[in-house]
Amino acid sequence: MTLKNFYLKCTNLKALKLQKRYLKDYLNSLRKYGEVFGPVKKGDKFIYDRLDDLDRLDLSMLRTIVPAKKFLIPPRFNTFSFDDKGYYAELENIQPCVIFGVHPCEIHGIMILDKLFTERLPDIYYTERRRKTAILGLSCVPDDKCFAKSTNTHFVEAGFDLAFNDLGANEDEYLVWVGSSLGDDLIRLRLDLFDENIKKSDLDKYIKWRNWRDAQYKLEIDMTGMPDIMELSYDLPIWQELGERCLSCGACSMVCPTCPCYNIIDRMNPAVFQGFRERYWDSCMFKEFALVAGGHNFRESRASRVRLWYTHKLKAFITEFGRPACVGCGRCIDTCVVDINVKTVANALRGAEKSSKIEVK
Amino acid sequence: MSENYYLPEPMRIVRRYDLIKDVRFFQVRALAMERALAMQYLPGQFMMISIPGVGEAPFSISSSPSRPGLLEFGIRRTGVLTNELFKLKENAVIGVRGPYGNGFPIAKIEKHDVVIVVGGLGAVPLRSLLLYILDNRDRYGQVTFMYGGRKPDEMLFLREFLELRERDDLNCLLAVERDPDGKWPGEIGLVTSLFKKLKKIDAENTYALVCGPPVMYKFVINELLKLNIPKHQILMTLERRMKCGIGKCGHCAIGSIYTCLDGPVFSYWDVIHMKDLI
Repeated sequence: MTLKNFYLKCTNLKALKLQKRYLKDYLNSLRKYGEVFGPVKKGDKFIYDRLDDLDRLDLSMLRTIVPAKKFLIPPRFNTFSFDDKGYYAELENIQPCVIFGVHPCEIHGIMILDKLFTERLPDIYYTERRRKTAILGLSCVPDDKCFAKSTNTHFVEAGFDLAFNDLGANEDEYLVWVGSSLGDDLIRLRLDLFDENIKKSDLDKYIKWRNWRDAQYKLEIDMTGMPDIMELSYDLPIWQELGERCLSCGACSMVCPTCPCYNIIDRMNPAVFQGFRERYWDSCMFKEFALVAGGHNFRESRASRVRLWYTHKLKAFITEFGRPACVGCGRCIDTCVVDINVKTVANALRGAEKSSKIEVK
Repeated sequence: MSENYYLPEPMRIVRRYDLIKDVRFFQVRALAMERALAMQYLPGQFMMISIPGVGEAPFSISSSPSRPGLLEFGIRRTGVLTNELFKLKENAVIGVRGPYGNGFPIAKIEKHDVVIVVGGLGAVPLRSLLLYILDNRDRYGQVTFMYGGRKPDEMLFLREFLELRERDDLNCLLAVERDPDGKWPGEIGLVTSLFKKLKKIDAENTYALVCGPPVMYKFVINELLKLNIPKHQILMTLERRMKCGIGKCGHCAIGSIYTCLDGPVFSYWDVIHMKDLI
């Protein structure tokens, strides 16, 4: 093959087809790159887990308890170890891996984390994991808690290495998008399984599926104008009411694909001078979140903490990046036991906005 | 591979002594001379200081970059980490990383009159700016330093500031609320009482810099506004819980900004414009 033909061939690999019956074979071949993870059933919910046995893969998963952010920011890990001679960064144990079954909303969540962790003073523990983690997306059909269409995160054009589109139960093939140089490499591990011949009929099928799928969103949340509404709502009693209801359990932060906060603590081996600096997930819902030495707490009241969470999702992120830090995955709706979530808060704020006593001069 | 901002640099405590009860002065130096001299920072920036196995926290830099080689801090004993820091002696090695934060806009302040107003521990970060201005004196207009404390034995860097009163290119005003021994050479009263000794300033071309205990801000800012200093030229440096210093851990988030990246220096306009700042 001439060099020119080789490159032409590369650019051709933007969209391909894969027979659904080859999926497990293909995932199996990806072990050459790294460990393969995907959705498996746990009780009546789902988690992303190691797929040593590919029969555990459960494609009926709509939403895992904890999002795929756990692969890029592990819930708990050592940043470096130390002894009496110095500090030793723990980056070598970051291994290549493949995450299959990541839905479009979650890929958007990862792109939001990318903004936070790879721009302005990049976080090396994130960038190293991100570089080595292959994200394999999978299309989905929403339930009554999904509102990704409202957040415009129901499709992906970037942020993934490969994206599998399931165009319906009656279809035999996935339409696969190649989203990165690494994705291209991963296709080439088993190019024989893929069909590069995309026809007009495939496009028609795709458009038909898109239209059908978009019509399945039952939940819509109006996110327009949220920065103004949040600003005007700052002193409204709604935050007090939400604060009284909130249990400060932090579950919303744990399950949110875009919550990035963490705490740092030193752990010591009591026998010798040896230890490590550990980083673990934190939540701005926890009482100590803004406590400083000397005892002053900048976010003493639960109301102020709930308001911070929603200010960050629905206002601050729009100011900074032009879009909310909510991707419509529905996890907060699924998780919060006292029904404080983006749906109830955004709706209450819109209601509050109409009936508020604020006079806009 | 990009830089690992989380890894501290080992630095040696070269000198330490008590400024007042429970506030100790620390002079710290990178182990290698070249590193120590290459350390660059701005007045108003902070460093993350840690003791392995104990923890890490942000501390304002009190030295001036115009006097390179040593980093200086004024640290109050108030928690687990500072308690351990107070146990360390000269030559002990601690972890230091940074500098972080925006710092004071030293270039913008040039050619302006400068009014520095501090109370209590606020003298620590503003000493950095004051020394920087004095070391580059010809770039700045009229300079006033006002510092108020409760009692003479609660004034930080007292000898240093008393000596500065001798300079004729600085209006150095010191006040204490109470003087039990009757030997205080400065004013008696709150820091705001010093405003009557302020020489006439060109308000439009003045920067005011404020740092002190929370109760102080309201009264001091009131005085500064009465002088017609523009809101965006009244600057203050704020405190927050911080775990990373690089805008990632979220603890210092206020709306869309991170105190560690976009602050800790904010203007009075920022404060009234962005809720939750103070």
